[in-house]
Amino acid sequence: MSINRLTGGLIDHASPLQFTFDGKTFEGRKGDTLASALLANDVRLMGRSFKYHRPRGVLSAGSEEPNALVELRSGARREPNTRATTVELFDGLTADSQNRLGSLKFDALGVNDVFHRFFAAGFYYKTFMWPKAFWEKLYEPMIRHAAGLGSISLQDDPDVYDKGFLHCDLLVVGAGPAGLAAALTAGRAGARVILAEEDFLLGGRLIADTGTLTDMSGADWVGTAQAELATMDNVRIMPRTTVVGAYDHGVYGAVERISDHLAVPEDGKPRQVFWRIYSKRALVCAGAIERPIAFENNDRPGVMLAGAVRAYANRWAATPAPSVVVFTNNDDGHRTAADLVAKGVSVPTIVDTRDTAPDMQGTEVLAGAQIADTKGRLGVKSVTVKLINGQTRVIPCGAVAVSGGWNPNLGLTCHQRGRPVWSEKILSFVPGGDLPQGQSVAGAANGETSTHSALASGAQGAVDALESIGLTAQAGDLPAAEDRPVSVSPFWYVQGAKRAWVDFQNDVTVKDIKLSHQEGFRSVEHLKRYTTLGMATDQGKTANLTGLAVMAELTGKTIPETGTTIFRPPYTPVAMGALAGRSVGKAFHPTRLTPSHHWAAEQGAEFVEVGNWLRAQYFPRPGETHWRQAVDREVLATRSSVGVCDVTTLGKIDVQGADAAAFLNKIYANGFAKLAVGKVRYGLMLREDGIAYDDGTAARLAEDHFVVTTTTANAVPVYRNMEFARQCLWPDLDVQLISTTEAWAQYAVAGPNARKLLQKIVDPEFDITNDAFPFMACGEITVGGGLRARLFRISFSGELAFEIAVPTRYGDALIRRLMDEGQEFDLTPYGTEALGVMRIEKGHATGAELNGTTTALNLGMGRMVSKKKDCIGNTLSERDGLNTADALALVGLKPKGDGQIMTGSHLMAASGPVDAAHDQGYVTSAAYSPILESSIGLAFVKNGSNRLGETMRAVNPLEGGELLVELVSAHFVDPEGGRLRD
Amino acid sequence: MRYSGFRVIKEALTGHKGWTPAWRDASPQADYDYVIIGGGGHGLAAAYYLAAQFGGKRIAVLEKGWIGGGNVGRNTTIIRSNYMLDGNEPFYEFSLKLWEGLEQELNYNAMVSQRGILNLVHSDAQRDGARRRGNAMILNGSDAELLDTEGVRKLYPFLNFDNARFPIKGGLLHRRGGTVRHDAVAWGYARGADQLGVDIIQNCEVTGFRIENGKVKGVETSRGYIGAKKVASSVAGSSSRVMSLAGLRLPIESHVLQAFVSEGLKPTIPGVITFGAGHFYCSQSDKGGLVFGGDIDGYNSYAQRGNLPVVEDVVESGVALIPALGRVRLLRGWGGIMDMSMDGTPFIDRTPIDGLYFNGGWCYGGFKATPAAGWCLAHLLATDTPHETATAYRLDRFRTGHIVDEKGQGAQPNLH
Amino acid sequence: MIINHPLLGPRDAAEFVYLGDAGLIDRPDWQADDAAQAFHDYMYLRDNPAGLHRELWFHEQGDRSWLVVTRNTVTHEITNVELARDVAIAQGRGQ
Repeated sequence: MSINRLTGGLIDHASPLQFTFDGKTFEGRKGDTLASALLANDVRLMGRSFKYHRPRGVLSAGSEEPNALVELRSGARREPNTRATTVELFDGLTADSQNRLGSLKFDALGVNDVFHRFFAAGFYYKTFMWPKAFWEKLYEPMIRHAAGLGSISLQDDPDVYDKGFLHCDLLVVGAGPAGLAAALTAGRAGARVILAEEDFLLGGRLIADTGTLTDMSGADWVGTAQAELATMDNVRIMPRTTVVGAYDHGVYGAVERISDHLAVPEDGKPRQVFWRIYSKRALVCAGAIERPIAFENNDRPGVMLAGAVRAYANRWAATPAPSVVVFTNNDDGHRTAADLVAKGVSVPTIVDTRDTAPDMQGTEVLAGAQIADTKGRLGVKSVTVKLINGQTRVIPCGAVAVSGGWNPNLGLTCHQRGRPVWSEKILSFVPGGDLPQGQSVAGAANGETSTHSALASGAQGAVDALESIGLTAQAGDLPAAEDRPVSVSPFWYVQGAKRAWVDFQNDVTVKDIKLSHQEGFRSVEHLKRYTTLGMATDQGKTANLTGLAVMAELTGKTIPETGTTIFRPPYTPVAMGALAGRSVGKAFHPTRLTPSHHWAAEQGAEFVEVGNWLRAQYFPRPGETHWRQAVDREVLATRSSVGVCDVTTLGKIDVQGADAAAFLNKIYANGFAKLAVGKVRYGLMLREDGIAYDDGTAARLAEDHFVVTTTTANAVPVYRNMEFARQCLWPDLDVQLISTTEAWAQYAVAGPNARKLLQKIVDPEFDITNDAFPFMACGEITVGGGLRARLFRISFSGELAFEIAVPTRYGDALIRRLMDEGQEFDLTPYGTEALGVMRIEKGHATGAELNGTTTALNLGMGRMVSKKKDCIGNTLSERDGLNTADALALVGLKPKGDGQIMTGSHLMAASGPVDAAHDQGYVTSAAYSPILESSIGLAFVKNGSNRLGETMRAVNPLEGGELLVELVSAHFVDPEGGRLRD
Repeated sequence: MRYSGFRVIKEALTGHKGWTPAWRDASPQADYDYVIIGGGGHGLAAAYYLAAQFGGKRIAVLEKGWIGGGNVGRNTTIIRSNYMLDGNEPFYEFSLKLWEGLEQELNYNAMVSQRGILNLVHSDAQRDGARRRGNAMILNGSDAELLDTEGVRKLYPFLNFDNARFPIKGGLLHRRGGTVRHDAVAWGYARGADQLGVDIIQNCEVTGFRIENGKVKGVETSRGYIGAKKVASSVAGSSSRVMSLAGLRLPIESHVLQAFVSEGLKPTIPGVITFGAGHFYCSQSDKGGLVFGGDIDGYNSYAQRGNLPVVEDVVESGVALIPALGRVRLLRGWGGIMDMSMDGTPFIDRTPIDGLYFNGGWCYGGFKATPAAGWCLAHLLATDTPHETATAYRLDRFRTGHIVDEKGQGAQPNLH
Repeated sequence: MIINHPLLGPRDAAEFVYLGDAGLIDRPDWQADDAAQAFHDYMYLRDNPAGLHRELWFHEQGDRSWLVVTRNTVTHEITNVELARDVAIAQGRGQ
């Protein structure tokens, strides 16, 4: 093992794990992250920056990491942009560096860095404009290939994801000192608590630092706290769980990484679960994030945050180098130095920007000094220190631990756009007053920087949160812990640096911010957008405040006057698979099956998606090689003998009550008040804006009982709107509604032999002869010896036809019985295609014609809209613009000669220009009519009802077609309707 | 200052000392000929064209916050002219043509990238609709191609063709559609307008209108009263709020539309694709992030943020369409406030108050309209007549019944 | 969001379908002299406030009640939830 592996820590030195990085095999330990294992193996170079392709190493030890991004795993499981700092090491892990052309050490795109001065902030807005065509052909492809970060496999993700829902009294976000104290306090009080921690170990800084809690080490105290929490049934401890978003009314989104620490998920286990947590109260104990100081070449591998270096040493027994220089503007940097020394790491010097820097026994402290530069192409080899007296000194080292102070981790506190406020004490923003409803903040996230204050504020935060929902808790005794005051001086960047990085990943330097200021991009929003500061995958967690501080200095304002930065959800990037859960592939939407589905599948039917329904599209027979052959056969068989079609998908609404008729009279544009019992009527519904909405039938089964049918597509919204009318518009009417779409299986039985067939199954006491059960009759009957059923003599096909409904669970039996009984008539099942052909032949409108822009007038049903009653839509249907002399009218089309009418063609005069100015209408539906042995169509044409007989051109420039067509009546088959009444 | 590659090189070699502010941070004058409320894409474009094309002088743009901070900076950067109805398609085609020459005109690289937009179809009915739309586009001088499944597969082999709940049956390809670097549009117009003498006044919130005898005289602002001969409101998302200061009620609701970007990726998705069976559209920025969105949250909101159900709905659709997205991480989401109009169609019109003009109601289609909306508003301000491509965008069309409803959803804004 | 249904208690807003301004309850009299104007205003014009908004939600995945929800459009805070039918009756509809 390398010299960078120390002793102790929370890794299992007895459990070696093999892994590869860029194809080279390394050994790590159980408990390592990929970052700690690489550092222990003396690997500092882990990635390349976004713009200049600068060599980069790890900066942090957490999810704020901007630099050490890798492609984790391989093949279809490859995950680009994965932060090495958050990857829990497992045996066999593979990772590769990314965003490089060539090897990581010799990235050809490193040339960008050589020419960096040409790539200043926003340079691309000022060039690449000539010649014009070169942008898309040359410049942009070049930029795109150089940009981006990692790459995806483009293979289907093999893993599954789940979603879950959790409820709690108190959600505690983060299990550091504040979070643990809060969870213990609330748990002991009996509250339902969720404790979510993004790390795989609880403890936060308690397991990264060396302080004691009373007489225990931090790790030991965390262990006892966790053990106590684990005994409480009312507490759910969720490690490896990142709370990513704060949404309205106490709803939080959280990602639990179930299997990311394994090579592949265990059988049947998801990779991740996305939880929606419904919390009565939430306490954010998300800690703080250290900020770097910007100085010349501060981005070299080995330049790290001091707290991270300390965490690697204490928790992971790893150091980036045997010799580490500390650069700080605050006392916390000294703590890192002390911990490193205790671990046997050499700290030659502490460079402290403060003139009054404290001394440290055995370690040189350079007060009032700054790091002026670093050397080392692929990793720090030395730093150049500018001393208080102006002299410089070069100090060899393998790493620099930088501390510029700590910023409260504000993420969740501003997800609802609440603004943080400035704290002069810690020189950072702390959560403001406008937190999300039900949320409060404790610990370092609230600016409480000592362990003691974190513990105390966590416990008190829990007490207060529970009190606000009527629960009583006691803060209890807290362990004794360090309670050092904050000592930090404002120091953001070293003056005079040529290139000092503020946003590491996006390569934003102090100079870029100055340029942004120079060019007038001075507001925070302009700064971010112009320089891309804070727009990288880390959302500027380590960069935003420093950027703001630089801008503040340039504008001569204070930092809070200059602006604040807020964070948007998610807190850390979330795998889209987790947000999608199981709603992918075939399970993207539910699949609704008709009652005859299984029977139809046995017949070899082809199915088609109709909304969420699957419907039989046609029923191919052996020898038929083209779908049209099946459809033509189904149409001809129906029109010549009898066919059957499952029409269950049509919406069905049961309307009952003394005022049912009065109610329907308001819902439909045409009259329903006087419909006789035992009769069905076609009904047209308008929207309140006067546009045609839906059509169907209403059957009056009793004085106070109707059955309304809707189109398949509008089954749900029509019901919703009828409920609106019932509850909100006419609450006085005695009427009740219920959707019965799923309750009844319904079949259309159509064709000259329809009655003969039905007479075989309808129980004999029900007379369905033409006299007893004429066209538009309806009734409740029984079939097959007592099964209750409903029979409607209605026809969509234009033939003698019935629709018969039985309770859904008998739907399968009914279709089989019909097919048996129908053998003598050669009963032919038909699907949606034949249904469509026959309705076009008959000129019936469907969704293609009732397309949300057409009126009853357009549809040729203008006279149906009653002017004598109040009904939805009739007032606004009278507006002039909907009743112009040249209003569109529905007509039929037949080709002049051969040719196929294409739906979506536009109609032009027979001669003259073909352009939008001469557009006269469009084809809504078209089909081949096997009866007419011709293509036919339906179209809306300006003033069409007065132009029958005219020849027009149906143009389809999209596919290069143009067809002469004749405008005819839309009723191609049996225009008088004699067959319906047979 | 003129931008050029030469200038970039020269400045690079001399320490970038010569760059000057892209636009002046102007202070308000006592009065103007034209005051445009709203320093977004539309307002800045209107000011630019008013000065550049219509000889307008003494023009001010008033912005409550910082220019470009509204919807022009909070969208998914798509440009297209793939509308169907007579009232719309000529306007959007005019806009697309303006985009095609914009960067040279403004001397600002807004990264107009005509990468093509593909609207997928998943049923015969959708294909029929695509044909009607595609034909309307061609008849209006735009471009469209109808692809079958194999044609789609050639462009996007990684879509879910084999295990889809709603199989891909083809698509309508609009090659001249594409993307633009959205912030650069605001900055480019601001710079162009500034160079023509337009005052761009930031941190200047309009708090009222001074109206006498039915005629507007000026506006009250957080920086004092500013007189004006003509005032135009171009404040999408806040239209109702601003126009209510003049006593007007609008056929508009404000809704939040969320959009998202993934972590940066090497080139993955060449153009813009829209899913026809769910709420998802996606493109990839030059920086590498997948930029995607879906439907509005669906309830009135001024909050510039949304909720989880829509996030999940959009991502479900995305992964259903592109299964490889499962391992791509969503980096950031944001919300913009949309003027949702009652038929999904915007307004560029005079108001009942003399001298007060209104541009709004853009739903979530305002970004692509930026050049033409600016031009047409400038035309209206300068001539008091609507531009020939914007004659349908009248405020009184619901009274007259001349509705322009592309989606056929009627007077329910959250369905458009 | 969570809507506190007056009959069923707190429910996720995803169970509901949104319609819009509760003014849609106040459907004008079709026989009034100004019916055309009144229906235009009713159908198309909105206050669209930034602040408290009374609005209609339908509990589609639930008991199929229409609710009038009073919600702040800036903060999304919900301060009152009523059955729309009660509101309609209280406003004198159906007299």
